[in-house]
This record gives sequence, structure tokens and C-alpha cells, in this order.
Amino acid sequence: MPKDQKPDQGRSLAARIWSSVFRGPVIPGSDRDRKWIVFNTLVLHLRPIRVPASTIRYSHTFGLGGISLTLVALLMGTGALLMLAYEPSPGGAHASILSLEIGVLFGRLVRSVHYWSANLVVVVVLLHLLRVFLTGAYRGPRQFNWIVGLSLLGCVLASNFTGYLLPWDQRSYWAITIVTGMVEYVPVAGDWLQRVIRGGAEIGTSTIITFYTLHTTLVPVGLIVLMALHFWRVRKAGGVVRPDPPDEPGASRPDHVLFLPNLLVREVAAALTLVAVVLVLAIAFPATLGDPANPGMSPNPAKAPWYFMGFQELLLHFDPVFAVVVIPLVVAVALVMLPYLRHDADLEGRWFLSDTGRRTAIAAAAVGLVAAPVWIVIDEYLVHSGDWLAGIPPVLSYGVVPGAILLGGVTGFYFFVKRRYGTADIESIQAVFVLLVVVFAILTLTGVWFRGTGMVLTWPWNT
Amino acid sequence: MTEKRSKPTPDAPSRRRFLIGVWVGLVGVVLAEMAWIVISFFRPGRRRDARRQSGALVVAGPVDRFEPGSVTAFREGRFYLVRLDDGGFLALHRKCTHLGCTVPWVAEEGRFTCPCHASVFDVRGDVLNPPAPRALDLFPVRIENGIVKVDTATPVRRAAFDPSQVVRV
Repeated sequence: MPKDQKPDQGRSLAARIWSSVFRGPVIPGSDRDRKWIVFNTLVLHLRPIRVPASTIRYSHTFGLGGISLTLVALLMGTGALLMLAYEPSPGGAHASILSLEIGVLFGRLVRSVHYWSANLVVVVVLLHLLRVFLTGAYRGPRQFNWIVGLSLLGCVLASNFTGYLLPWDQRSYWAITIVTGMVEYVPVAGDWLQRVIRGGAEIGTSTIITFYTLHTTLVPVGLIVLMALHFWRVRKAGGVVRPDPPDEPGASRPDHVLFLPNLLVREVAAALTLVAVVLVLAIAFPATLGDPANPGMSPNPAKAPWYFMGFQELLLHFDPVFAVVVIPLVVAVALVMLPYLRHDADLEGRWFLSDTGRRTAIAAAAVGLVAAPVWIVIDEYLVHSGDWLAGIPPVLSYGVVPGAILLGGVTGFYFFVKRRYGTADIESIQAVFVLLVVVFAILTLTGVWFRGTGMVLTWPWNT
Repeated sequence: MTEKRSKPTPDAPSRRRFLIGVWVGLVGVVLAEMAWIVISFFRPGRRRDARRQSGALVVAGPVDRFEPGSVTAFREGRFYLVRLDDGGFLALHRKCTHLGCTVPWVAEEGRFTCPCHASVFDVRGDVLNPPAPRALDLFPVRIENGIVKVDTATPVRRAAFDPSQVVRV
């Protein structure tokens, strides 16, 4: 509610310019001022005037969405600076980064902040997905926003992957070689798809131009548009999912508190802490730059970016078509379909849905923690190192048989949980999801830390 | 006339539906065209590839320079020229058939070992140890007037080694 406009007489030029920009109170003195500010500020008016008190507890969401947004803002700021220094060509890329690090004031720090934010955003976005899943916040009005969120995850991964090539050192060159090599196994269209991604048969000038364009324009634009849609849908769904039942519809709404200052102060505090953490990481562990890419010599071991190491690890245990097409496709379809299943229990808002849900999730995590390493070790030392597989075609020994064992194990686990704990379907699905997340996390950790020369199992301190 | 127009004729809704269908179809065509244009922009390398193909013929050298039972690496051509014990030639693409890493020749063991996933190939390119799904790709070899020439334009895929792939003097 703007205050009555005073006549211009008797006011200085500065005061008149100030009041033309800020048409109301800037420093709030009362709740009335605060509401006015939220309603009349471009950024703040995306938020409601009041929010349910139960949703602003930090442990309800851990602020993961806001942290992702802050990291994306850091990435766009540092990325714009890096664009000024970077030269997207096989001959110039590596040298341009070297001269940035040596010759530009804080060049190395800006690159390191970009590097750390990029790695952290993958982790944080995945944790955000986990939070939404484990509080059941993908149903009702939030169904479609789950899909938007999955698309945002895709954008974040695409952004990271296209950025991984740009330093053009040995690590980035061979990581992109391996991941685009995986594309070749897509049935029918694999060869064509690989040529489109690489811009030719081999990784070279076309690849770096394609990746640079995707990384600096197409993907960020997609990210901004989808983020706007994502936040708008959160607002339209009435904010984040509530851990408590809402009050009776009435005028006073005693369980609500004002957005300003209660939530805004927490968000700003989280964002500032995050920026401090990223700065410390960037200064203590700056981004590295290896030797320039050499297409004639693969390093040993050659690894994909860490967030794709789970797939590279799967490739050691499964036929390529299973590892890079069938299994990811099944998981992707399951994630997309999740909000549209017919849910048999109206559980949402609490972590792990219910006490039974918490117990089964812990059981699932324990099973995954034991089963995945045992499987990896048995497969490595007993199954595939013996000669007794020689007569069997690899499609069976690497594809159908382990695929059937995996499917049987997961299905068996689903019914075991149902029988043992008497869970609703939605809780059993949660248990299976937790199991798969733990298994994939262990595959990723194994690939990143426990694979040495020749991709043989080893201890991290031996490499 | 006005009376006729205001009266709902039985074919009016179907005509409307037909026209809507035509419009939707046209929008679909426009979107498909745009998608096609976008995808073709992702393949700017076609012209450059064509230029490279003319320089794709690598003159390896006279036959006598390669002793039987030897493996010679050609960095620029991205291949190994193998002369088998019986004197036949094979040009093996250096790219692993698993995920595209460059496969080094380990002379002491007499085999190719991929550093990425431990695939192993014998001197003829056959798979000794998976996960590689097929033998190393070949480049066509020609021997003209005692000079070995290798056409590196397009690698030739094969499932496994076959004596007919060997080029003899």
C-alpha cells in the first residue's frame, strides 16, 4: 500500500530520484511495511506474504532448492567471466585456460569457483530429488513439477558434461571419448547419434564448438526457463509440502508466519554460508589442469566424469546395451511414471512418509550397502576371471543372466518388504528406490576410488 | 440465404474438424522442418570430413621395410600396420571397439591391451578378453608396385578375424 505521494515542492533532487525508484518503505519498520515490500519487489513478490511455520524448519527441506539456485547463480556469474578468456578450439582451449590462470587477476579463483559450484550442483540437485522423493512431495498438485524437476536434472547433467570437455586436457578428452563411446551402443541410431554429438567421427574442432555452444547458450537458457516454471509451480502448489495437517480454513491462519523476515532471513543466511564454503573450497583445492589432450595416448585408467562413473562401473558387469540403454531407460521411465502411479496411501510431508517407511528405508539401505560390494567382488574375482564363461555368448553371460538376477532381486525385495513389514505400496516403492540409490552410489564410489590401472579393483591409497 | 447459413448442416462440424486437422498437421510439418534444420546444424563437419577423405590414403612404405611378425604404429593415420608371420598385411584401427580408447601395442606380451577397461586383442585384432564386443576395425590395405598403401577414410567393422582379411604380396 503506497504512502500518499508528497508534492514535489521542498524535496531535493536526490530525494525525488530515490522515491521514483523505491516507491515505498525500504527499511521495514512494521509488519505492514514488510508485507508491502514483499508485494512490491520484483524478486520478492514471487513469494507469498505468509508461509506455514512448519515448512520453514531447516530439517524439513535442508534448503536444497535454494542452494541449487545459489549455485546456478554463481555458475552463471563466473561462467560469463570465463567466456571472456576462453577460446573454443582444440589448439587454443588449453592454452587460453593456462593464460587465464597465470595472467588474469583472480583468474584461477574464478575458474575454481565455477569448478566447485558445478560439481556441488550435481550433488545438491540429486539430494533435492531425494528429499522430494522421501517426503512424498511428488503427488497431487506437485505431479508435473516432479517432471519439471527431472528435466532440470537433465539440464544440470548436460551442462556439466558439455563443460567437462572444454579444458581440453587429457582427463577431459578421454572422459568425453568414453561417454560418447557409450552412445554407440544405442540400438539402430547409436552411430548416427554419436556423430551428431561429436559433430563428426572423432572428437575435434566440431565437438568443441558444439559443446561450447550447448554449454554457454542452449543449456543455460533451458535451465532459466525451466527454473522459472519450477518455482512458479511450487508457488501454485501452495509452497513446499507440509509436514503437518493444514488448519481449518479460516481468516486468522495462526500456523502461518510472515515470509519477511522469517523465511527470507534463513534463505539469505543459507546462501551466504554456501558462498563462503564454495570460496574456501576453491581457494583450498583449486581446479586442476592436466596435460593437453593427446588423442594418441589414453591415460590408464581412463575414467568418465564422476557422475557417470556408475554407468562405467555397470559396463564392467553388464553387456553394453544393458548398461547404457536398458537399465538407464528403465530407471528414467520409472522416475517419470512415479507421480502418476495410483498411490494407495495418503502419506506425504513427513520424512520417509511414516515410521514403517523409515524402518523399511533403513533396511533397504543396509541391504544395498551389503549386496552391492558383495556383487562387485564376486563378479570381479569369481565369475568373469574364470575360464568357465568362455563357451557362453557374452550377451547371455554379461546381459540376460545378470539382468534377470538384478530384476529378480529387486522384485523379490519389493515383496519381502511388503510381507515382512506390511507396508503400503508407496512405502515398498520407497524402499526399492532407496535400495537402488544406495547401489548406484556404491557403484559410483567404486568406479571413482576403487578402480586403478586397467580398471582392476584396488584400494584408493594404492593408486 | 441467411436462413440457409444459420441452419446447422450435417457436414459443417466435420469440415471444421478437417480444417483444424489440416492446421495442426501444418504446424507439425513446420516443427519437423525446424527440428531438421537444428539437427543438421549439429553436423557442421560434413564438408571438413569430405576434405579429409581425399588425404586419407597413407603411403606406409615398401613391403621390405616391414618384417614378418612386426607391428608398426602410424600416429597420423591412427592405425597399426601388422605384418603377420606368414608375410600378410593387416591395418588395424587403433580405436578400442568397446568405448573408443586408443589401444597401445604391448610388444613384450605380443598383444594390444586397452587401458580403459582391460580389453585385450591379439596381433590380428581378435578379442582375447572382453568387454570389447568385436575385433579391432580394419582399414583397407593395397599393395601397388611393392608399396603398402592404407586407405584411412572409413574403418571397416568385423566380428572376428578371418584369413580373407589378410592382404598378401
